[in-house]
Amino acid sequence: MMAHGRPGLLLGMSALGVLALFLVSFLVGPYPIPPGTVARVFLGQLALVDRNWSDAVEMVVLDVRGPRIAGALLVGAALACAGATYQNLFRNPLVSPGVLGVSSGAGFGAALGIILGLPGFGIQGLAFALGLVAVALTVWLGRSFDRHATLVLVVAGLVVSAFFQALVSLTKIVADPLNQLPSITFWLLGGLARTTPAALLTALVPIALSGLVLHALRWQVHALAAGEDEARALGVDVKRVRVLLILAATLMTAAATSLCGIVGWVGLLIPHIVRMLVGPGFAAVLPMSALLGGGFLLGMDNLARMAGSVEVPLGILTSLIGAPFFALVLARTRRQWF
Amino acid sequence: MVLMLQVDGLHFAWPGGPKVLDGVAFNLSSGVPLALLGPNGTGKTTLLRCLLGLERMQSGRVTVDGQDLATLSRAAAARLLAYVPQASATAFAFRVADIVLMGRTPHLGFMAAPTDHDRHTADAAMTRLGIAHLAERAFDELSGGERQMVLVARALAQGARVLVLDEPCASLDIANQMRVIAMLRALAAEGYAILLTTHLPDHAFLLGGHVGLLKDGRLLGPAPPRDLLTAPTLEALYGTPIEVVAIPDGRARGQVLCVPVMPAG
Repeated sequence: MMAHGRPGLLLGMSALGVLALFLVSFLVGPYPIPPGTVARVFLGQLALVDRNWSDAVEMVVLDVRGPRIAGALLVGAALACAGATYQNLFRNPLVSPGVLGVSSGAGFGAALGIILGLPGFGIQGLAFALGLVAVALTVWLGRSFDRHATLVLVVAGLVVSAFFQALVSLTKIVADPLNQLPSITFWLLGGLARTTPAALLTALVPIALSGLVLHALRWQVHALAAGEDEARALGVDVKRVRVLLILAATLMTAAATSLCGIVGWVGLLIPHIVRMLVGPGFAAVLPMSALLGGGFLLGMDNLARMAGSVEVPLGILTSLIGAPFFALVLARTRRQWF
Repeated sequence: MVLMLQVDGLHFAWPGGPKVLDGVAFNLSSGVPLALLGPNGTGKTTLLRCLLGLERMQSGRVTVDGQDLATLSRAAAARLLAYVPQASATAFAFRVADIVLMGRTPHLGFMAAPTDHDRHTADAAMTRLGIAHLAERAFDELSGGERQMVLVARALAQGARVLVLDEPCASLDIANQMRVIAMLRALAAEGYAILLTTHLPDHAFLLGGHVGLLKDGRLLGPAPPRDLLTAPTLEALYGTPIEVVAIPDGRARGQVLCVPVMPAG
């Protein structure tokens, strides 16, 4: 495997790529809008050009596509960063929010919140709490079998995930079939079509906060990759760092899940691609995961919007493309994990 | 000679288990490397882990230059005492430079990243050990001997004056063992205090420092190898017949070898 010295250039190029994708995303969808018009709508907000477009166009660009594009970037970045954090924390390249059961736990929490008719903040809080319960259960279960085996943690996550998936299914039965059931079903499939600016803001705050915590601890996390004992000998307060990392990664996952349901594969796939590009140092992995995770999910959501008369739910698309892609990445890295 | 590491009345037992360390006490001085010998399972590694604060001892005191490690933060302790583990594979493919840079962790704030000064210190540590040319290589692709050097460089970058090495010569070929031993002798001459475990009594002679024997939770020594490593003590330690012979002539004249005796028949 090649060694990686200068991630700065790659980071810059990826940022430009995501920016280009961001701009293109305003053009595509069931109602195509030419680039010039989109540009004029934006400039019009700053009162720089005269208005010569319809209210419908402005609504599509600003109220429909804007929040949706921002939501895709935000959720993709959050899930990829959470995945990279879990992988580094457990020194296990096979874990992610999905694999550890955090997504299912948070998903159950959010579904419960919807049934109870909680406000957005309450739904998120419940998702966060049950995400924490899920990751705690997985770690406890994994450790009670074998502390060090990579695969045991994956199996423990499978068990916890299955349990919470069952609870999610239960909420569907309990849900009011007229109002709540469609909303839960739609949300569970993973989708950003209903993203509102208010929901976006509710998710942005915890995700940005967690991102800042992870960024601040980047070097402690880097040293943690040496293993718990070695990290302690290197002066890392492992307990404190571990608690902060689990809180931050789980909060991110919960906020992302509350916004658009259970979206799989991003948190598992993206960190692998990122490490292939910039190496395993967490200081570079974190921003690169945010960029590529956001870009990947935005690309998937654009596909979902373009795919024809019926919109394919985002969670299905990420699995359809993420799963075979992850198999390819696994075959390419060929490392001894087991 | 400056006194660096002082260990007093160290007791350790696994919960509900027998005593592993029963009042171990010794001083480690700069300039005189100490090799720790003992049969498998006598608690050599446990002793190292107690010194590093990785296991909680029942009683005892570990001080470096008079500072009780138990009263210090992890980072403060890591600035005094560095650990060189046995070279193992990492979960991720790190560059050598990234691994050595980890040694700077105890000098960084909780939320800070390495500065140019830290990078220079890490580079200097690699240059000191003659592995600067490996900086951009992937750690996993190195040979066992090279990996061991990288981990020592990380300990040097850490800036601690006391180095604790867990079997630094394990699974190395003869040339690499000699390279590690020569390097440890040079570091000791520079004023580092060095404690290591080994399974080969010969290493204690080659290191030119002191040796300590760990058996049944007690430490014999430290003392010069010539005084401690005699045939009867080694036989009692390992429970197998051993001869200690000095090479009479040739290039290795005067060197002492510990040779296990092949049972007759």
